[in-house]
Amino acid sequence: MLQASRPQVLVVYTDDEPGVLTRIASLIRRRGFNIHSLTVGPTERAGLSRMTIVVDSEAPMVRQAVEHLRKLVNVLEVQQLGERPKVVRDLVLVRVAAGSEVRSEVLQLAQVFRATVVDLAEDSLVIECTGSLDKIDALVDAMRPFGILELGRTGAVAMARGTRTPSPRNAPVPLRTGTGSEAMSV
Amino acid sequence: MSQDGTHTGAQLIWESLLREGVDTVFGYPGGAILPTYDAMVGYPIRHVLVRHEQSAAHMADGYARASGRVGVVVATSGPGATNLVTGLATAMLDSTPLVAITGQVGSALLGTDAFQEVDITGITIPVTKHNYLVTGAEDIVPALREAFAVARSGRPGPVLVDITKDAQQSRATLDWEAAAPQRHRRHLPPPPDSAGLARALELIRHAKRPVILAGHGIQLAGARAEVLALAERADIPFALTLLGLGAVPATHPLSLGMMGMHGESWVNRAIQEADLLLALGMRFDDRVTGKLKAYAPNARKIHIDIDASELNKNVPVEVAIAGDLLEVLRALLPEVPVADRSSWLGTIREWRGDSAVRDIQNLPDDGHLYAAHVMHDLWRLTKGEAVVVTDVGQHQMWEAQYYKHDGERSLITSGGAGTMGFALPAAIGAKLARPEAEVWVVAGDGGFQMTFAELMTAVQEGVKVHIAIINNGYLGMVRQWQAMFYEGRYAATPILSPDFVKLAEAFGIPGQRVEARGDLAAAVARARAAAGPSLIEFKVEQEDSVYPMVPAGAALHDMIRRPSSLAETGSDSA
Repeated sequence: MLQASRPQVLVVYTDDEPGVLTRIASLIRRRGFNIHSLTVGPTERAGLSRMTIVVDSEAPMVRQAVEHLRKLVNVLEVQQLGERPKVVRDLVLVRVAAGSEVRSEVLQLAQVFRATVVDLAEDSLVIECTGSLDKIDALVDAMRPFGILELGRTGAVAMARGTRTPSPRNAPVPLRTGTGSEAMSV
Repeated sequence: MSQDGTHTGAQLIWESLLREGVDTVFGYPGGAILPTYDAMVGYPIRHVLVRHEQSAAHMADGYARASGRVGVVVATSGPGATNLVTGLATAMLDSTPLVAITGQVGSALLGTDAFQEVDITGITIPVTKHNYLVTGAEDIVPALREAFAVARSGRPGPVLVDITKDAQQSRATLDWEAAAPQRHRRHLPPPPDSAGLARALELIRHAKRPVILAGHGIQLAGARAEVLALAERADIPFALTLLGLGAVPATHPLSLGMMGMHGESWVNRAIQEADLLLALGMRFDDRVTGKLKAYAPNARKIHIDIDASELNKNVPVEVAIAGDLLEVLRALLPEVPVADRSSWLGTIREWRGDSAVRDIQNLPDDGHLYAAHVMHDLWRLTKGEAVVVTDVGQHQMWEAQYYKHDGERSLITSGGAGTMGFALPAAIGAKLARPEAEVWVVAGDGGFQMTFAELMTAVQEGVKVHIAIINNGYLGMVRQWQAMFYEGRYAATPILSPDFVKLAEAFGIPGQRVEARGDLAAAVARARAAAGPSLIEFKVEQEDSVYPMVPAGAALHDMIRRPSSLAETGSDSA
């Protein structure tokens, strides 16, 4: 898939606190960025979340976004992976129309991508595949002629290669006070 | 405090405010904040009852800007809280440290669209530095301590703490030390980097035509003496942003005056022809730069600001130093070489002479009262020592041009947001913060009508503010734009006003009307002699415009100049 501007990968460590996602999404929306993907999950440390944000934008704009993110009270650290060697992975589940006449062809293609079949129905298959964004794009393109019935992607999770980048230490315990809606799970 | 050593959440709020050094809060009671109001009675904190919550936020803002302390506002849930939004946005854009405490419906009702429930933390994310929803009494002290720390630290700003009614009512132990804030330290600027400092010195050393751009950050950092020392030592003239007025003295020999859209032509010309801009605690707002592509094309640029996100945001610079201005200047100063730039200063002086002949103060009196006259005379009569709080519009620019601010925190104005209705409430806050100061409100007939209900607050609280209404019968600045850029179609800008003198009297305030310049001094003297607040309505030339002016989107040197006769001035023939 061709893209005008190279996707930029940001890794953001935040307090695991209600409302943090809203703050970050709101900040990015306000500054007019298109978020390609945003994934959040827990880290090796309790109380710390890790987000991988992929944005399509020019480098100076992304630098501005990084500076704005760094101002948020809930943000501990922002890494702009930029040109650094990194592992970027995306997971896709794709349901492909695969009647008996094309089934073996679909399975063969899936094998090429080292994808696994996780569900089998009379005239469709669900394929699971993990890989770089490009690889996933290629898999999706390869499946498209058969008819894609449903597609779900997780968005990228990224990590710099080489020496382990430690997550911020001495993170203070977050306050249990966040932003409205997400705190309302009673 | 009860026998078991606990406090109610409501008490914890006041305990926290006391420990943060708060002596005055501005607010309005309501259902969801009632427990807090009930508990207030036992605490030595002055509560100023406003007539509208927006004004409470502006008062806290004026209080903070006049004193350098954190302003505090209290409101109830729902409409009480949403009425704060304009005030929070105003504080956010002008970097005012503010803490807003709002009541919220009981935590069991959250999310049910209960009576007077709104998601105020959701609403105020973009207009606050940070905000909190507190649902338990034990979280109140940590949240408030952090809120004050966040409001004050780095680039200051407003913080909102929303506290549910049940959190105010339940009990918790007060452990002040355990609640010490930490997270605000995450993003405090690092010490200035030496490579940047060295590069800055290099540029200063080689500059032939440098200009300092002095911003609001100088006052926020308390770096006035250091900026003056830098300017004097390196013989560099300084131009000021609107919010920078007063940061360094207007009557200093190196002071050029205000820059930007309504800056004097010699100031903008000096910037455009400079070979070095040294931007201190300012943010290259579009009102300051004009068209970016044509901004100071030959100048190398050094930008020092505490907010790293402002660096290289609008104007790319050669040296960007993120840091506390005071700290950076202290590191820089001993190395700055003593210089003599009399030839550059002489050149600017020549430009200034050329502009002075167009100054309305130097044009023959045609018997009409001009707003610029009012500002000039007010400056003279108050010896430049008043704290002036302006509203937004033409009068704001005339004030900035003709009231020469020497003192720090002596001009309080809504710069970033341009909030009409700001002046009167902000002035009440300023006067409460600095009771010894002479405080003047300078407002237009339009803006004043937005918040004049606060006259009653001034009376009830016995706050002596002098109010000067510059009445020209129009929403003047919008009318000026219509005259210049919309072929003179005055859509919705003529505005009718009440009889301001009678209005003042209805509030129990002495009111006066001035229509001739000759009556001005006596009216000001009477106002100053009044025991409490007072109001003067100045009926000024209706279709006068603010000159010079850089049209929006034009280059900074591309100015509409003041016509050379008053007759033309009055009819907008540029």
